[in-house]
Amino acid sequence: MSRKTFAEKALARAAGLAEVVAGQIVDARPDLAFSHDNTAPIARTFYSLGVKRVKYPERLAFTMDHAVPAPTTAHAQNHADTRRFAQEQGVTNVFEVGRGICHQVLSEEALALPGYTVLGSDSHTPHFGWLGAFGAGIGRSEMAAVWATGELWLRVPESVRVVLTGEWPEGVTSKDFCLRLISDQGGDAGIYLSIEFSGPAVHALSIDSRAVIPNMMAEFGVKSAYIAPDDLTFDYLAPRRARRAGQPVEAVREAIVAGALYPDPDADYLAEYHYDVSQLEPMVSLPHRVDRAAPVSQVRGTRIQQAFVGTCTNGRLEDLKAAAQVVRGRRVASGARLLVIPASSEVYMGALRAGYIETLMEAGAVIGTPGCGPCMGNHMGVPATGEVTISSANRNFQGRMGTRDAEIYLANPAVVAASAVAGYIIDPRELTT
Amino acid sequence: MILRGRAWKYGDDVNTDVIFPGKYTYNVNDPAEIARHALEDLDPSFAGQVQAGDMVVGGRNWGNGSSREQAVTTLRFAGVTALIAKSIARIYFRNAVNNGLLPIVCPPAVDAIQGGETIEIDLDSHLIRCGAGEFEFPPLSPSTQAIIEAGGLIPMLKRKLAAQAEAG
Repeated sequence: MSRKTFAEKALARAAGLAEVVAGQIVDARPDLAFSHDNTAPIARTFYSLGVKRVKYPERLAFTMDHAVPAPTTAHAQNHADTRRFAQEQGVTNVFEVGRGICHQVLSEEALALPGYTVLGSDSHTPHFGWLGAFGAGIGRSEMAAVWATGELWLRVPESVRVVLTGEWPEGVTSKDFCLRLISDQGGDAGIYLSIEFSGPAVHALSIDSRAVIPNMMAEFGVKSAYIAPDDLTFDYLAPRRARRAGQPVEAVREAIVAGALYPDPDADYLAEYHYDVSQLEPMVSLPHRVDRAAPVSQVRGTRIQQAFVGTCTNGRLEDLKAAAQVVRGRRVASGARLLVIPASSEVYMGALRAGYIETLMEAGAVIGTPGCGPCMGNHMGVPATGEVTISSANRNFQGRMGTRDAEIYLANPAVVAASAVAGYIIDPRELTT
Repeated sequence: MILRGRAWKYGDDVNTDVIFPGKYTYNVNDPAEIARHALEDLDPSFAGQVQAGDMVVGGRNWGNGSSREQAVTTLRFAGVTALIAKSIARIYFRNAVNNGLLPIVCPPAVDAIQGGETIEIDLDSHLIRCGAGEFEFPPLSPSTQAIIEAGGLIPMLKRKLAAQAEAG
């Protein structure tokens, strides 16, 4: 038996083949294919094919998240068309306005499982690597093809491996590691590749922190990303999947464990990177490039008008907790705004119960409906021209938040919250000492 | 077959947000209007001056960022036939193939081509010709070539499904 990477194993399974090698083109059958606010235009393309029925409606999922609640009639029409299409085609995995962002919601719902191939009409689909699935982003036409035929051609990617060791210093998060990696290697260094993360410092991370890493790898150019599932992963997914399936947790857990895929120890990698996380600092990506990151100390003092905690990258419970801890007993600075948008309704409820929402609001934060918010400039907190935003999102391209004449810095949620309190970019560890 | 057109030349890391801003992705559907926003935040002169048959030349990592297909169709609807770049982000590459925008990776040609000059792509001999000379580019894989020759993924699939329906 030859030595296989995760990507080779996952795509062999998805293609129904005994084995595949990097470089091979296969017809892969995704276990889950999801779309979001782009579902309605995909539906128009789908019907233009002359096909009447979706091949596997139970493998599809639709979320409404990119512009929710609808800011304009056109956006509302888009949602209405999505609901109608789901009804026509018997698609039941439909997640309404306010449920949250696709990647977070489909994780919470345990619709993606270890060893699955997940295709999404969203560039951050590598996200599902956090639970050991092969996630890859595709275009709208391709999604229409998947609906019609249940499959799509994919090239089996070459793989690189990143090994993380050391203890995470206080105030340093998986986001900081991602900005460091992307900045060190360049935003196109992972282009077309599958990237596997391993080492004790990865498995020391919580679920919320792990999810940041594959998500951010979209900014590295990768096709897919992977973290080996472990007991933490299985314990998260099993009760959720069991609830969905109406089956006992233990049996479901066993099935999930059995479906997990792991790379062979001596698999072939194009490159291997090693990071000692104990040497990392909080990082900030400077406008307008993710791969232009610097330690927070180097941009300390940069004035901001808006601070945004949220998105599929850093809008989970742990992120809201980090923000709440920073602002507790403090106020958002005069001239600054703090916008907090939970990644899902589950995160929102968790933050309410834990008191984080109260703490954030007492400090002067504005809370938005779970969804993508202003991340790609649709609504709900877009900056004015000339304004500076610090955001926990994954992208800071020029014009991303609606105007090309605004600057976006990227950071972890604690740095974002601290900057809101100070009115300028600052390391939260300075506030607490 | 030979494609001939004017070259619009840009630099490295041109991302999908500057090719087609995210704020239009769920409310702009008409092809002519999609074309009007082409490269809006990169080169505001482009949409008004681009002509059918023109080509776009970019540096490394062209089209990084979003999966939005309009970042390709905005160029197609504006009349652009081909993209020549030093490297192309993976979803952008797929979207280009699937929408009949010829994606060519050829770093030496990118360095040689002058913005505004008329260039040729010879698809049979895999050559790019510009003022500075001829440059060979690697052919596409057979599967991607087949999609482009069919005019894109959807036209190809339509034909395939129609043939299956007839046979079945």
